[in-house]
Formats: sequence, structure tokens, C-alpha cells
Amino acid sequence: MQIQSGKRRWGSWLLVGTAGLALLSLAVLPTPAQAPAYKAPKTKDGKPNLNGIWQAMNEANWDIRPHAASQGPVYALGAAYSAPAGLGVVESGEIPYKPEAAAKQKQNYTDRLKLDPEVKCYMGGVPRSTYMPYPFQIIQGTGNVMIVYEYAGAVRVINMGAPTKAPADSWMGWSNGHWEGESLVVDVTSLNDQTWFDRAGNWHSDQLHVVERYTAIGPDALQYEATIDDPKVFTRPWKMSMPLYRRMEKNAQLLEYKCVEFAEEVLYGHLRKQPLKGDSK
Amino acid sequence: MRRHLLSSLIALVAVGSLAIVPLAAQSQVAAKPAPAAKAWTMPRTPDGKPDLQGVYSNATNIPVARPANLGAKEFYDSEADKAASAAAGGGGRGGRGGPARPAAAADPEGNGLAVHYDTSQFGLGGPTVKRAASLRTSIITGPEGRVPAVLPEVAKAAQERRANQQAHQWDSAQNRPLAERCITWGFEGPPMMPVGYNSTLEIVQGQGYVGIVQEMIHDTRVIPTDGRPHGPAEIKRWMGDSVGHWEGDTLVVETVNYNPLVVIQQQQVSDAAKVTERFTRIDADTITYQFTVDDPKTWVKPFSGEYNMVHIDGGLYEYACHEGNYGMANNLSGARATEKK
Repeated sequence: MQIQSGKRRWGSWLLVGTAGLALLSLAVLPTPAQAPAYKAPKTKDGKPNLNGIWQAMNEANWDIRPHAASQGPVYALGAAYSAPAGLGVVESGEIPYKPEAAAKQKQNYTDRLKLDPEVKCYMGGVPRSTYMPYPFQIIQGTGNVMIVYEYAGAVRVINMGAPTKAPADSWMGWSNGHWEGESLVVDVTSLNDQTWFDRAGNWHSDQLHVVERYTAIGPDALQYEATIDDPKVFTRPWKMSMPLYRRMEKNAQLLEYKCVEFAEEVLYGHLRKQPLKGDSK
Repeated sequence: MRRHLLSSLIALVAVGSLAIVPLAAQSQVAAKPAPAAKAWTMPRTPDGKPDLQGVYSNATNIPVARPANLGAKEFYDSEADKAASAAAGGGGRGGRGGPARPAAAADPEGNGLAVHYDTSQFGLGGPTVKRAASLRTSIITGPEGRVPAVLPEVAKAAQERRANQQAHQWDSAQNRPLAERCITWGFEGPPMMPVGYNSTLEIVQGQGYVGIVQEMIHDTRVIPTDGRPHGPAEIKRWMGDSVGHWEGDTLVVETVNYNPLVVIQQQQVSDAAKVTERFTRIDADTITYQFTVDDPKTWVKPFSGEYNMVHIDGGLYEYACHEGNYGMANNLSGARATEKK
């Protein structure tokens, strides 16, 4: 018995060690995508210049995992709003859900029209806001860095000074950033449990801790990496990564997508005095 | 709205606790800044522009319109003069973070806040909110010190609209004021006006852009300063379409292309509305903010205003208005239940 429990103890240490190593490798080792030693032009205060309007060009907002094309949740919308296939952005392909958490994701997917915070115009949270199908803009100040998202007008101001603690949980979380060589590294905590990773119902709890890295890989592309840790939901930390592309059209600019008015029928339509007849035209 | 209040109170406590200043600082108000012991030099970003970055409070006790008894007097002579005027029922109100709730008659669109929270009753007035010192008698400048009259036909149209709205005000979410719907708060402008609470904003200057986020209702303006023109007139926006440039050490921002439902000073604006703002850093802690509203299809003449915003410590907290808008569903279901009685 003693030997067995001793074995177990060693086993668990081994596990912790492996997990630690895995964490370390996530945090320290450059990924192949980062390997090309591109160096971004510098701002006048000597930092890699990440200013710009950026957007993901992938299918991660449908499902961050590898997925085949599938029928959308509203038959009336036909092929126009069904889900295109995507290679996924999760580095190992699979999200290491605990068994009960995996079951909840499946239920979320079934009920996605009712539950997806995107349908309700709720702020996208981190990291989802990065790869929703809308541009976002990095305004790299000489002090803090502001990231403004077109979707829902969400915004984060990344504190680049001494790290501070969040007063409470919020939709976009609390961001403390610093520079590591060519990368802007942002530690995001105090995210609430109301946001999802995608339209497929991939989810997290309020224990979510995200470490983001933004690294220029060319004049008009960034590599975005997010290490996801949430011990309530996942068996280990995991990582997603994807390129982000500069919006290059003449006078490219962030427009408004203040989507509240587009979600009011979904949220409050059942409380109307006179129900609306038919769909919007 | 209660959820709004709760979340904003939490936020206000958070911001307030960061912004607490000693009482003494509040009362050390001079007519003009005392000559500084050492000369202050304008801090600049690496590209040579004045550095406006930081978190600011634009809370103020100055009313938008000058109290009638003060006539053309644009400044109080002294703090004592201000206090005497307040005691006599004039201006110089204390204890509130922002302009007074508009009277129903002064709010023809019915778009003002349905509830004005008196922050003093939660212990959040007075010294917990940092305000720039000022002896101004009103935010609106000039001898009249108030927003000019609207054109007669505009007033008539607004009255008709109001009558129609009042008859159907609880029919649906879309019948509620923009602030209740968490679409715009009505103060974020431009021109940016102090709010009753959470009158805080942060400015970040990047290459070719100035970003301004106002805590209420996390509304953010991205202002290009790279010389580009306004966007297409077909694209109307809730905060208009702003472009900026530098005139000497002043950031000048011009805004057009307002959504036709945008309300400035309780009045829906027209497609001719143009607002010009001027941001000038005047000392280590203060930005003077000036604005001119010109909409010849709405008001009989343009009007201008001015206030100071003062630097405070700490980050802004997220104001998730729509996400916490339980009041909307509660109000509508209350209206439906009342109809069944």
C-alpha cells in the first residue's frame, strides 16, 4: 500500500513536472511560426511598431477546432450563413476539456442560437474578440496600448506600467502588458464566465487566464498566440495561434458596429406590445 | 437601470478610490493658476506633439447653462463669490458630479437620463471625485452662457415626435431612449460632456491616431490625425466621424456624419451638424477642452463651451451597459403585466 501510494505520489510529481515543463515550453520556446527573425520597424520610442488595423482571416469564430463545413442553425438563411470548414487554431487540435466540461460544450452547441453571447451583442472577451470577423485597431501609445474592436465597440487599454490588479471581473478582462523582445505580451485576468471561444460553444469559466503574444512576422502580418489556462474546465493549459493581417485598403478605418439594436428583437422581442410580423427585410 | 447603477457604483468606488484627493486640494481654487515655482514645460511624444496621454476626470460642478441671475458674467470673482452665489440659489452647486438633470421642458426629445443619480447620497460626491478647479459660471461660453434656441420648425417637429413617443413609450425596446437601450449615453458626444458619474476618460496617442475611451458606456473614438478626409457621407455614426489635426500645441478634432438619432444637448441633430473640439494641455495635470457645435438646420446659431479635465490615477473600469441591462426586460415585462390588469 505504502509503495503504491508512494508510486502515486511520484506519479503525480511527474505529472506536475511534465505540466510545468509543458507550461515552460509554451511560455519560452519560440514556435516554428515565430522562428523567422523578422523585426518590425520601430516606433520613435524604440518599440516594435504594431500600430494598425488588423483582422484574422480564418474560420476560428465558427469553431476554433478543426471542423468540416456544417448546416447553419437557421434553415431560412441557407448557404449564406452556414459554417465553412476550418483547419482550427488550437495548436494540438484538441481542447483538453475535463469530461463534464466537454459535455457542456456539446450542449452549448445544441443551444447556440439561444446561448451564444455573440448573438446578443455581448462583448466578445479575450481571445475571441481577436478572431471575430471584424477588424480591430492597435493604438500603440508611448504609455499604454489601446486595442479597439469594431464588434460591439469593445475596447481594452493595456496597462504597460507596473502590473495592477482588477477591481472585479469584466467582459474584456484586465490587461497588463510588457515587451519581450519583438513581442507584445499581455497577461489577461479577471475575465468573467459569460464569453465563449467561438460559435461552437467552446467555453471557459471565470478562472480563465490568458497570456497573449503579438509578434510581427512581416510588414503586414502579426502572429497572435494565446495561452489558455482554466483549471476548472481544462486538464492542462493549451495554446491557440494564428496570423492576423493588416487591413490595407485605402483609408482603411474602424467603423461602428454598435450591435445592440440588432440584438434587441432576440433579447426583448417577446416583450413587445405588438409582436413583429415576419423577419427583418 | 438598477444594474447600471450598481455596476457603475462599483466602478465609481474603484475609480473614486484611485482618485481621492485631500479636501484641502478641492478648496485651493484660484481665479488663475498661481505662478508656478518652476516653469512647466509641455511633455511631448517622440514625434514632437504635446503628450495628452493619461486618465482624466471631466467631472464638474459647473452647470451647462449659466444661472439666469448672473447675466453675462462668465467667471466668478473668487471662490467666496461662487459660494455666495450658490447660497443665494444661483450656480456653484456642490455634491454632484455632473450637470443637473434637464427639466422636462428642456428635454424635448425625452432622451435625457430617465433617472439622475445624486451621487452625494451614496457618499460619492464631494472629495471622492476629482474635479478641475474652475470659476466658470457655465460650460457654455459667451455672454449668453446657454444653448441657443432651436429653429421654430425644428421645435415643432421635436414636439410632435415627443407626443408620438410618449403614447408608445413602453411598446418595445426600440421605443425607449438611446441611453436606456445602451446605444449611446447622450454625453459621449462629441462634444464630450461630463456625466453624473463615471466622468472619466483615457487618451492614448499612437502613430497617426488618437484614441479616446470614455468610461460611459465604454464608448471609444478613434481619431485619425494623418491628414485623411472624413469617411463617406453615407456612413452615419453614433459618435460621428472624427478627423483631427494639430494647430500648434492644440489637437483640433472635427466631427460630421452623425447618425440622425444622435442627440446633442437634448436635441436631435441634422445631417449638417459639425462639431469642432480643441484639446490643449495647460499644465502637468490639466487639459482645457473647448468645443463648438454648428448645425444651422437645428439651432439659430452655433454655440461653444469649455471646461477643464484633470489627470487622475488608475485605469478605467469596464462599463458593460448592454450586457447588464436587466432593466430593459424588467420594464417591458412590467408594462405588459400592467396592460393585463
